Amino acid sequence: MAKTTEANLTLKPKKRLFHREKQLNRSMAGNTLLFILMGICGVFMVFPLFYMVNQSLKPLDELFKYPPTILVHHPTFSNFVDLFFAMSDSWVPMTRYILNTFLITGGGVLGHIIIASLAAYPLAKHTFPGKKILFSMVVLSMMFSYTVTQIPNYMIISWLHINNTYLALIVPAWQYGMGLYLMKQFMEQIPDSLIESARLDGASELRVFVSIIMPNVKPAWLTLAIFQFQQMWGNTGSMFLRSEQLKPFQYAVQQIAAGGAARAGVAQAAQLLIAAVPITFFLICQSNILETMTSSGLKD
Amino acid sequence: MADQKTKQLNTGDADYEQMAKKAGSLSKRIFHARASYLMIAPYFFLFFFFTIMPVCASILLSFTYFNMLEFPEFAGWANYLKLFLEDEIFLKAFKNTIVFAVITGPVSYFMCLLFAWIINEFHGKLRAFLTLIFYAPSISGQAYLVWLLIFSGDRYGWLNGFLLNWGFVNQPQIWLKTEKYIMPIMIVIQLWMSLGTGFLSFIAGLQTVDKSLYEAGAMDGIKNRWQELWYITLPAMRPQLMFGAVMQITQSFAVADVSIQMFGNPSVNYAGATVVTHLLDYSTTRFEMGYASAIATVLFFLMIGSNKLVQRLLRRVGE
Repeated sequence: MAKTTEANLTLKPKKRLFHREKQLNRSMAGNTLLFILMGICGVFMVFPLFYMVNQSLKPLDELFKYPPTILVHHPTFSNFVDLFFAMSDSWVPMTRYILNTFLITGGGVLGHIIIASLAAYPLAKHTFPGKKILFSMVVLSMMFSYTVTQIPNYMIISWLHINNTYLALIVPAWQYGMGLYLMKQFMEQIPDSLIESARLDGASELRVFVSIIMPNVKPAWLTLAIFQFQQMWGNTGSMFLRSEQLKPFQYAVQQIAAGGAARAGVAQAAQLLIAAVPITFFLICQSNILETMTSSGLKD
Repeated sequence: MADQKTKQLNTGDADYEQMAKKAGSLSKRIFHARASYLMIAPYFFLFFFFTIMPVCASILLSFTYFNMLEFPEFAGWANYLKLFLEDEIFLKAFKNTIVFAVITGPVSYFMCLLFAWIINEFHGKLRAFLTLIFYAPSISGQAYLVWLLIFSGDRYGWLNGFLLNWGFVNQPQIWLKTEKYIMPIMIVIQLWMSLGTGFLSFIAGLQTVDKSLYEAGAMDGIKNRWQELWYITLPAMRPQLMFGAVMQITQSFAVADVSIQMFGNPSVNYAGATVVTHLLDYSTTRFEMGYASAIATVLFFLMIGSNKLVQRLLRRVGE
């Protein structure tokens, strides 16, 4: 197999060395094959996104055309304009909904990352009695169907008197098992010597956690942020939030969209708007995952 | 107890003191690890309230008759007996779920790994963009509804249109309401959606593999990318592989939304019934929470069992 040693000329000299390292054991034929495979699969995968954008640009008469057309013939932004007007004359001002979303989603994501990572570090790197049991409880808990735990959960939230507050959505989100599990798995990979040397320098455990552990598992918590954001975004809180002033933005947009046939175009625009936020968040997080690892070559 | 054990260990006197310090009695060890306990305290405090308690409550409810209005009434093993001896639909759903999980679980898992690994060859913005494309089916919860257009039963359904055009069939097929097509369609959709949680964690995991391992591997005679994958990459990301496997199990066994949205609940002759659609039928339609909890408990143990099996297999990666 011929090794390709051609360096990518578009890269800066400093990065070229890194790039060449990555080209070890890569054959041209293999690369071509993989790219073709990616292309074919990519078309299938991206279809819902494409469809969503396409639908939102259709004027009302095209949306109801029978037989349905695939591609939009007369693209228009009128759906977005209508959505904007519908949003601007809502009973509770839209900015309030946006603030709610910011608090609920932001609080849920940030709090979960902090609390779950804080617990994941001892589980990954310390030894203490009860560690194994606690950890396997978390992993196993993910296998219990949440449909049936909803009722006990609702009762607990009422009992804690946090029903109809932001906390009813935020606090339970802090303890999702997946986040702890993900963080623990990544922290396991950090070499012990790195932690040990920090301890010898007199760093406290919290200090080790903040300045050694978290920077080294940046890809993990960025990924977790994506998952958690999606989770919080998808949860419109209709189970716990009764006051209209507390409801999140995506809930309000869904209400506008659910206006029957006359609002069909608005509904398509709303769908795109609701999907666009997690997608933007996704892209920000994903491009930062890359950035970390090229800048820090820190490993043992 | 622990002290006696350390004495029995026939070590030198100098070592002994250290050993004793390390092992100590249980209370001493707990005291030594107080920093660890403090760090895990917030999480496990919440975990107790919002996970352990609800799960235990549900398991207890599975031994009762509970219609969500009256106070639960103790019923012993009745729910479980009914489940396995009388409920034919459950047995069908159980069989469907096993078939579904056995096919989609491993295939999805390998797809996640394969695509994560391929995407890892790309750099910069292109990489984030490609990740988005492949993650797209999972990014909005209802994305799979576009398959309704493809499998629509009239001749304007895309698949029907295609097949009619090329003369493979001479009348439209009612894909979503024909028993023999339901399971295959469900599997196809699930595979299409499979690049989700596991996929993203693999992508992040690949980023943390020590790059110098590859150079060392090349010197040790690793010749192509497949050997590199098996002997270096996979063993280095074993924690992520474990994580991905657990997520895959929870997804494959808990499939329900796709079935309900595509085929309805109940589906034609229960061909698309899974354990969770059955559970939803009892919990959200019939309000028999005791029975639904029993289904959830059975599913729970099914997943634990398969998890044990998969974890055992994963230990052999890279050998």
